[in-house]
Amino acid sequence: MKNYLIKGAQLPGGQVRDLLLEGGAIVQVAAKLTPEAGVKVLDAGGLVVLPGLVDLHTHLREPGREDAETVRTGSRAAAAGGFTAVHAMANTFPVADTAGVVEQVWRLGKDAGYVDVHPVGAVSVGLAGEKLAELAAMAASAARVRVFSDDGKCVADPVLMRRALEYVKGIDGVVAQHAQEPRLTENAQMHEGVVSADVGLAGWPAVAEESIVARDVLLAEHVGSRLHVCHVSTAGSVEIIRWAKGRGIRVTAEVTPHHLLLTDETARTYNPVYKVNPPLRSAADVAAVRAALADGTIDIVATDHAPHPREDKDCEWAAAAFGMTGLETALPIVHELMVETGLLGWEDVARVLSVAPSAIGRVEDQGRPIEAGEPANLTLFDPSARWTVEPGDMETASGNTPVAGRELHGRTVATFLHGKPTVLDGKVVG
Amino acid sequence: MKHLLSAKDLSREQAVLILDMAEQMAATQARQVKKLPTLRGLIVVNLFFEDSTRTRISFETAAKRLSADVINFSPKGSSVSKGESLKDTVLTLGAMHTDAIVVRHYASGAPYTIAHSGWTDASVINAGDGTHQHPTQSLLDAMTMRRHLMGPNPLGQGLDGVNVVIVGDVLHSRVARSGVDLFTTLGAKVTLVAPATLLPVGVETWNCDVSYNLDQALAEVKPDALMMLRVQKERMSAGGGGFFPSPQEYTREYGLDEPRLAALPKRTIVMHPGPMNRGLEITSGAADGLRSVIVEQVANGVAVRMAVLYLTMTGAEGGEA
Ligand SMILES: [Zn+2]
Repeated sequence: MKNYLIKGAQLPGGQVRDLLLEGGAIVQVAAKLTPEAGVKVLDAGGLVVLPGLVDLHTHLREPGREDAETVRTGSRAAAAGGFTAVHAMANTFPVADTAGVVEQVWRLGKDAGYVDVHPVGAVSVGLAGEKLAELAAMAASAARVRVFSDDGKCVADPVLMRRALEYVKGIDGVVAQHAQEPRLTENAQMHEGVVSADVGLAGWPAVAEESIVARDVLLAEHVGSRLHVCHVSTAGSVEIIRWAKGRGIRVTAEVTPHHLLLTDETARTYNPVYKVNPPLRSAADVAAVRAALADGTIDIVATDHAPHPREDKDCEWAAAAFGMTGLETALPIVHELMVETGLLGWEDVARVLSVAPSAIGRVEDQGRPIEAGEPANLTLFDPSARWTVEPGDMETASGNTPVAGRELHGRTVATFLHGKPTVLDGKVVG
Repeated sequence: MKHLLSAKDLSREQAVLILDMAEQMAATQARQVKKLPTLRGLIVVNLFFEDSTRTRISFETAAKRLSADVINFSPKGSSVSKGESLKDTVLTLGAMHTDAIVVRHYASGAPYTIAHSGWTDASVINAGDGTHQHPTQSLLDAMTMRRHLMGPNPLGQGLDGVNVVIVGDVLHSRVARSGVDLFTTLGAKVTLVAPATLLPVGVETWNCDVSYNLDQALAEVKPDALMMLRVQKERMSAGGGGFFPSPQEYTREYGLDEPRLAALPKRTIVMHPGPMNRGLEITSGAADGLRSVIVEQVANGVAVRMAVLYLTMTGAEGGEA
């Protein structure tokens, strides 16, 4: 492995430093380091260095939907977006509900080598919402699963949710809930409100999310467990989580870049690229999730990267699949919406995109301080870069980005995974 | 006017133009030889993903009276997961040099998607999409109202000062949505009446009044036109959404029966977009009574669709038919 000297990068705290990477670790951080022979020098003037980003919510689609994404293409997309670890959601075919499947995904991640792939285990067998999957076996497997989720579906049965919350206490796990009351969202197509009334698409009411969030924080309080709320999308959910945290309930929450950026007005185009679950909400909801991310009520940004093949989006709205890609565009969107507006500083960005997701997922070698002796998982970001999103030019195998044609603010220039560059000069290595 | 996708897209001028042209078309229909050579050599496809014999026949008649060649195509499979994709169906029609596609689809927005997808150059006319819009229905309704309520010469006029009450399943009704848009564009005042379960969340932002009580609304509004919407019986079952407790209760609260009919002002016309559930939202006495213009609505449908086909397919903004 080559050694790298990163020169003149701005740390999240604002200091400009040189960083020497050796043997997978950061070995020196100083105002000025002189390269020894054989060390590759990377000029990082004007770049911000962040701990490698960690996504708690990624759909890599493999096994089963390799037409949408593979562990390899999804890992490359993650690296290109500045990520060094992703949590691969369990709604694959077969479902990641056994030690065998999570180990398979974990190995595919190792073989690809672009990011650390941490499989998420299903809460229930087959995501059917009826019977607990073998959570302890998945936790004890080589994949060391700590995050459990039926994402794509809600653990709607309150008894099953209670059991899952209790059971993961024994393995230091967390239940990540996709909060969607199923009866209130049958055949739902988009956020229920002014726009759905107008365009005649069946509504997905905010209360269908909020009622589950409210129930789950109360269950988490009752049994003293850790709960993570996936993709918070409504102002009401934010209020409930704020209240729960105030009571000392152990709840964490995530928001996606698209729920920070876009509203249900996009549905007026009937372009299914904007069809996502939970749906894009009202402008008031968008304002609420931004404010909640700024004040810490929402702990992290997670992408919910959900690739779909072209044919699943090239159709009428009702026939289209839910979901949008996000790994390669998340950091520029957070930069534009949260940093340029002064709502977050770079230390906060490091927290919401690396430190906190690592802590929630119990990933020990990620989200670490940028100091000597720490693992060299790093992202170099150029905040001044401007680029226009071309779906065909992305690393993900799917083109369903909601920001096609949009000029983004900033770009990942380099990513280091355990000291090895996965991205250099803005290009994925290898 | 290249497409007709939503009544919301029509300006007052465009709507009046269509209605005036529909009157001209209707006049030609009184002649012995009803066929006009206007669209000779052009192809109209009736692309119906959802059964509606009455709407299809109306469009077919309209196109044939304008001498267009008409192809009726009803793709198999009524669920979104089955059958050929919308894209492939439309690409196939494009290969046949179709000039206009009249689309009926169970998915809201499907005609919009076809018109904006780049899959076809044809004019797209929305013949009803999901729970979104049915613009030619609201145009024929407006034509019918204008004839009855706007004096002996309706040409050039809107629906200024007309009070319209629309009763029934607004939530699932594309007729109500296009009606609110078009009638208000033309200067009418619209009141929607339904149980709250059958009104969409967000209706409070629409350009109309809303009431849960039919008797109260009729007494207050004294409507010039009363439009009863079809209520699908399956909507009351738990599986269908449980929107109201029983057909009997619906009829009691929201049906047009003889006492309500008798209490209406003399000038009030009774409308229904069809097909009717006699005995549920409207009694036979009301449907067949002197105030009923329901049969006229059907005849006006052909004239309005002739006007829409002519204006979209020739790109004309006006002129003689
Ligand atoms: Zn989800």
